[in-house]
Amino acid sequence: MRKINFWAWFWVILGGLYFFLPLYGTLDFSLREQRGVLSLLAYQNVLNDPRFRDSFTYSALMAVATIVVGMLLIVPTAYWVHLRLPQARPIVEFITLMPFVVPAVVLVFGFIRIYSGPPLALTDTAATANMLLMFGYIVISLPYTYRSVDTGLRAIDVRTLTEAAQSLGAGWFTILFRIIFPNLRVALLSGAFLTFAIVIGEFTLSNLLARPAFGPYMVLLGQDRAYEPAALSIMSFALTWAAIGLIQLLGRGAPEQRQLGGVH
Amino acid sequence: MAEATQLPPRATTSSRGSYFGGLLAWLGVLPFFLFAILFLVWPSSSLIVGSFQDTAGNWTLKNIADLFTPSIVNSYVLSIQISAVTAIGGALFGFLLAYAAILGGLPRWVRTALMTLCGVASNFAGVPLAFAFIATLGRTGFLTAFLVDVFGINVYQMGFNLYNFWGLALTYMYFQFPLMVLIMAPALDGLKREWREASENMGANAWQYWRYVALPILLPSLLGATILLFGNAFGAYATAYALTGGFLTLITIVIGQQIAGNVLYNPNLGYALALGMIVIMVISIALYTWLQGRTARWLR
Repeated sequence: MRKINFWAWFWVILGGLYFFLPLYGTLDFSLREQRGVLSLLAYQNVLNDPRFRDSFTYSALMAVATIVVGMLLIVPTAYWVHLRLPQARPIVEFITLMPFVVPAVVLVFGFIRIYSGPPLALTDTAATANMLLMFGYIVISLPYTYRSVDTGLRAIDVRTLTEAAQSLGAGWFTILFRIIFPNLRVALLSGAFLTFAIVIGEFTLSNLLARPAFGPYMVLLGQDRAYEPAALSIMSFALTWAAIGLIQLLGRGAPEQRQLGGVH
Repeated sequence: MAEATQLPPRATTSSRGSYFGGLLAWLGVLPFFLFAILFLVWPSSSLIVGSFQDTAGNWTLKNIADLFTPSIVNSYVLSIQISAVTAIGGALFGFLLAYAAILGGLPRWVRTALMTLCGVASNFAGVPLAFAFIATLGRTGFLTAFLVDVFGINVYQMGFNLYNFWGLALTYMYFQFPLMVLIMAPALDGLKREWREASENMGANAWQYWRYVALPILLPSLLGATILLFGNAFGAYATAYALTGGFLTLITIVIGQQIAGNVLYNPNLGYALALGMIVIMVISIALYTWLQGRTARWLR
């Protein structure tokens, strides 16, 4: 038994080192902008950069729009499939897995082929290009949000809730927004935090659609600064940690739900 | 009031039999299907169609044939190599880690902590991940400097370079092995204690238990997870772009360059590049699904 324990500790510690060393290295590096002393100068520079504020605000708003529109699209669909259209389940599930097969760079290539010229020139104006980016984000977060909502729906008795609401005279709108959405809040919040973590630093779509998002800003900064990118990296990590931490906090007591992978 | 009490049962039950009601039920998923067609199916199928056309719109197989020019083949090979190396490396390390944390007799908190860390790490990718590795293992990075100061070892003089193949592989590993841990944990949980006891009762030693009982049960999920890691790395663009600035010509980088400015001088060849990626991803996901089906039999 002692031997097994030794190797178990060995691998776990090695894994821990792989996890923490780059973080520690980045943190250390980000504090060394001023020669000889540890300082928060790199963080101050980043936070005082108007381009940081603009691009971060842009991406945060994008994340909120993605979450709201995505949920309005996914929750009624998943609900309807559970309640009335079980025969549509294979097709819907197939669609939600398609983003795994179509990498982001390929997806955006398709967007540009279709939507950068007539008849649907969505990339021509800022508003429609933002809309295109938002729908792209909904697509890449689809596998995670759909699974999250689907697990949530399995955990509640959709049929009984619906019939109870109907017998009290509720219409579909009331059922969806006052019964189903509130009952799914844990699943919805998990999906929302994960979407936020995916969208906030996303680079592929936003860069290739030429949108002023946070990801392209980070790459731009990385090309001419040394310490500020490390500071940004630490801040992004803190955001990821917060998002995933909240998901795990929410998931306590609920049926075990794992989030697999993000967008690289 | 009478109406309200009459309507509800009909709304949930009557549609089953009637053709019209069934058709009406499909209306409920119409917005989702519209969205999927507009922003997923149509864009990707337009690339597939485009790769069989020339610039004038005539049908041709020339783009597919042109995929086999050396520079493009090299890009695919490079992408496949980096995905395979990080998938196999990540799978081995991730499996050992998951095994150690779950069946290694460690305290319970180790497992909880590891799962949380892996949840974070598998989502920490793209540009910030590249920056973290530059700050740590770049030429002036923390660990590079630390190794010089303390041990007098300069890894860059020893041939290490963060901005080449192995540097990128090391960076990808940061999100690969945690994903493996997350996928393998339930499979390892599913290994029943009775199976081990039963094999021990029949006189099997530890090696025999692994060779003839545990491994055959775990093999489909091991292989399936490795394929998932492969796909995970194969589609990656942001990490490689931010780390190497497009210097390593992975297939995703080439497609990105083609989008930013027509570097191949033939947009339809670009579509064929995308088609090649989709084909490889479809094959891996199909394999994964098939292996999932084989695992499900045991891990109930």
